[in-house]
Amino acid sequence: MVRLMVDAPAAGSDESTVDAFLQGGRPAEHPAQGEPSLRHAPGPYFGNYGGRWMPESLIAALDELEDTFEKAKADPEFTAQIADLNKNYSGRPSLLTEAKRFAEHAGGVRIFLKREDLNHTGSHKINNVLGQALLAKRMGKTRVIAETGAGQHGVASATAAALLGLECVVYMGAEDCRRQSLNVARMELLGATVIPVTNGSQTLKDAINEALRDWVANVGNTHYLLGTAAGAHPFPAMVRYFHEVIGEEARAQILDQTGRLPDAVCACIGGGSNAIGIFHGFLDDPSVKIYGFEAGGEGVETGRHAATITLGKPGVLHGARSYLMQDDDGQTIESHSISAGLDYPGVGPEHSYLADIGRVSYEPITDSEAMEAFRLLCRTEGIIPAIESAHALAGAIKVGQRLAADAAAGKATDASEKIVMVNLSGRGDKDVATAAEWFDLLDKDSPEAEIAKEGEQL
Amino acid sequence: MSTGQDGNQHASKSAAAIDRARAQGRAALIGYLPAGYPSVKDTIAAGIALAENGADLIEIGIPYSDPVMDGQVIQAATTEALAKGFHVREVFDVVRGITSKTDAAVLVMTYWNPVVRMGVDEFSRRLAEAGGAGLITPDLIPDEAAEWMTASDKYGLDRVFLVAPSSSPERMKRTVDASRGFVYAVSIMGVTGARTSVSSAARDVVAAAHAAGAERVCVGLGVSTASHVREIAEYADGVIVGTALVAAIRDGGVDAVASLTKDLSTGLTKEEA
Repeated sequence: MVRLMVDAPAAGSDESTVDAFLQGGRPAEHPAQGEPSLRHAPGPYFGNYGGRWMPESLIAALDELEDTFEKAKADPEFTAQIADLNKNYSGRPSLLTEAKRFAEHAGGVRIFLKREDLNHTGSHKINNVLGQALLAKRMGKTRVIAETGAGQHGVASATAAALLGLECVVYMGAEDCRRQSLNVARMELLGATVIPVTNGSQTLKDAINEALRDWVANVGNTHYLLGTAAGAHPFPAMVRYFHEVIGEEARAQILDQTGRLPDAVCACIGGGSNAIGIFHGFLDDPSVKIYGFEAGGEGVETGRHAATITLGKPGVLHGARSYLMQDDDGQTIESHSISAGLDYPGVGPEHSYLADIGRVSYEPITDSEAMEAFRLLCRTEGIIPAIESAHALAGAIKVGQRLAADAAAGKATDASEKIVMVNLSGRGDKDVATAAEWFDLLDKDSPEAEIAKEGEQL
Repeated sequence: MSTGQDGNQHASKSAAAIDRARAQGRAALIGYLPAGYPSVKDTIAAGIALAENGADLIEIGIPYSDPVMDGQVIQAATTEALAKGFHVREVFDVVRGITSKTDAAVLVMTYWNPVVRMGVDEFSRRLAEAGGAGLITPDLIPDEAAEWMTASDKYGLDRVFLVAPSSSPERMKRTVDASRGFVYAVSIMGVTGARTSVSSAARDVVAAAHAAGAERVCVGLGVSTASHVREIAEYADGVIVGTALVAAIRDGGVDAVASLTKDLSTGLTKEEA
């Protein structure tokens, strides 16, 4: 665990587990034995994290949402609706694909990709938006609002709203609107209204602020369809619930295809919704090491990154106590990543807890490492990943090489018997222009090169 | 609501200021200014002008990167203060600068993370030392306030929580019980900013807070004119003006704050029926 952070973990964490982890040992030989399950954590608190750090004006809406969600979970009609939409609209279960040629670059371990990129709208985001849009209908709300960075969650929200006949307003930083003009058009095609946010840094966190202001003023008819497993209770536990299907499918699929559990599970972390979804399936399996890969941007030493757990300190933002990129005054620091979907200075509270107890190891991946993995997957498997997911792929290469080194040193069985699973959270169609610019594939004078310089992600 | 004298040696400065106004047969006037806008020196001068022209309590806001309860005018002011290099510790200079020159109760209004970062106890100690009355906390509810309850008791600071038109009777009671000094009644479901009329919901929120045991309830959000003040002074114990004062200091400096305060204060006296 590359923990460069100087602050000690918050009080109450399991120091011995953390120490063991820092020294490279396993979290514990059998952490599940005699210990409570880490699965289905209900919130509002995950250790010292989570809670509801929100204006009183919104507490009634959070209470209503929690109540509606708890009743819906216990209602067979609701769970059947979700199952039906997952199967017949999103295209679930998503595939589990072995990436044999890619794996040759990862120490020769076996690598399996959980193909969330094959879902309708192209990423895991659809799992959450369908669930929340159904809850909005149950609450009698006629309007949903959402924040978006790259536009993926905005597109998914607009999709769910169109499907269920809800009005949809998406807040998006003015800077992001400019960089992602085709995703703005995509949302508008789906009937949503996109409002550019010109406050603050004009990026994702400011879009969340503006969505919260809208929610306070319109909470009577409006549901805030938050896009990640962060924010005030019940959002972290609720968003995870809708993404748990990823881990459940993946666990059954790997057992079916290989007859055993993986040695490691890898995912990228922005707010952390795709990660918590796949992690959840393996939290109580002590033999499975779990890795979350944060956006290291230009390198954590440069200050231009989004490695919230690696370098942040606990604080409260957008409704939850969690690790946070902040200065000595508690002002939020702007994050930087080539991947707009990971470019967020906060992280979901359950991840902060899993980091402190040492169950999940969080490491930064730089833009360069992610883009190398991006190219590798394109060339070896014929799959163009989202740049977000490329962070998980780059992490998997490192994990695979470590497992191979252990095997070479006689500390483990042969690398070819090791299994690493990667959550391929989204497809990279939206990232083609960014990648083309990164790899210098465009003619200098072409219109595409001009667009790419602006950071356009198609 | 605690009266401010129960169980500790510190009297509530906010309660005392509101009670002084009440003894004069009127509601209290509470004015908001963001610290460091347009400069720390100006905030102190404007705070003194507020007190000298009829404000009984003064709220000093800490500029914060993510002010989710603020509308455009206050956002623009606090963003500018941060861009000019405002530091959280300077809020204590502002509080001391005003309390050393006036009798007004000076509260700090702050989003919670800057307090967390400094340490709740350390922040409270320094605020008390600067002569501050307490904190107004727009994104801290009593449910999450254990640390602040302890520190505010230790240093004799008022803890002003918000109640809203959406607050359930149970939450209203809980929040009133946790508050000291006064309860901040949000007049409308929305963010800060001047509005043409005061929501009728404000009267109901105040009535509910009083019914839940609050001795002092002050109304804020959307209050910008003497006629708004007059309307609210009919049923509330204090009236809070923010955005209009920020616009005044923006457009006319400390003099404009003084004259607006004088005008607003004409609305405080309850009219004969």
